Amino acid sequence: MDKTLAPNAARGALDGFTAAPALGLAAACPMTRFVLRGRAEALAAAEAELGFLLPRQACRAASLDGRHALWLGPDEWLILAPLADGPALGEALEAAMGAHPHSLVEISQRQTAIVISGPRATGLLNVGCPLDLDLAAFPVGMCTRTVFAKAEIGLWRRAPDSFHIEVWRSFSPYVWRFLEAAGAEYA
Amino acid sequence: MLLITCPYCGPRPELEFSHGGEAHIARPEKPSELSIEDWTQYLYLRANPKGLHAERWRHLHGCARFFNALRDTTTDQFVATYKAGEPRPTGGAA
Ligand SMILES: [Zn+2]
Repeated sequence: MDKTLAPNAARGALDGFTAAPALGLAAACPMTRFVLRGRAEALAAAEAELGFLLPRQACRAASLDGRHALWLGPDEWLILAPLADGPALGEALEAAMGAHPHSLVEISQRQTAIVISGPRATGLLNVGCPLDLDLAAFPVGMCTRTVFAKAEIGLWRRAPDSFHIEVWRSFSPYVWRFLEAAGAEYA
Repeated sequence: MLLITCPYCGPRPELEFSHGGEAHIARPEKPSELSIEDWTQYLYLRANPKGLHAERWRHLHGCARFFNALRDTTTDQFVATYKAGEPRPTGGAA
């Protein structure tokens, strides 16, 4: 059996978990991911390349044409982009920021994502996540690292009843199974 | 659940945080010139007060930043939180 993987090959989202429609669970499509850290000059250069401003407000996301920037910390953002943007986006960002100290780390293979949608989304999430997910406390467009049971996740509300969950690849089966188990009481 | 107010993210559940020991302990500029007693003092000896205690916390599963908090060790009440580098807030006992 050939177990070799092409270097940097985009592996299937969630490595086998695809969808649980009854619970509103689905694997997000594979994406290009970067973590960007830097100060004002580097950030301005990155923004010029991306074509939109990185959100400076805590726990907020900004998007343009399928590219997203999620605030992770006061000098730290998660960049999500279509898979097709691939390494070229990283090279373009590196070229743009070259003169200024910064950190740009590609984490496309480290993380994967789960989408949870529907009227049960907040109920299912709150089985493992202690955040207040009321719309007033966690509005559309809010994103943050947090915990889900024993795993760290990135939670991003994209619509009143739809969340994007960033999770480290090795934790994704655990998070998926935990959400399935949490949904058992709705079955 | 206890809510801790991160200076960057606002009030968040305690599960997202980790404790980092006593705050405002400056590393000596020239450790090699310190006496054994002063080095011991820096490395190991802490105030351990009953009452208000300035301590380091990290919003580990959040913005991941370190910050400082003034916490009452008898009630576990967080009296104030503030960014690293800012002076300890005045007020309260101790
Ligand atoms: Zn925070």
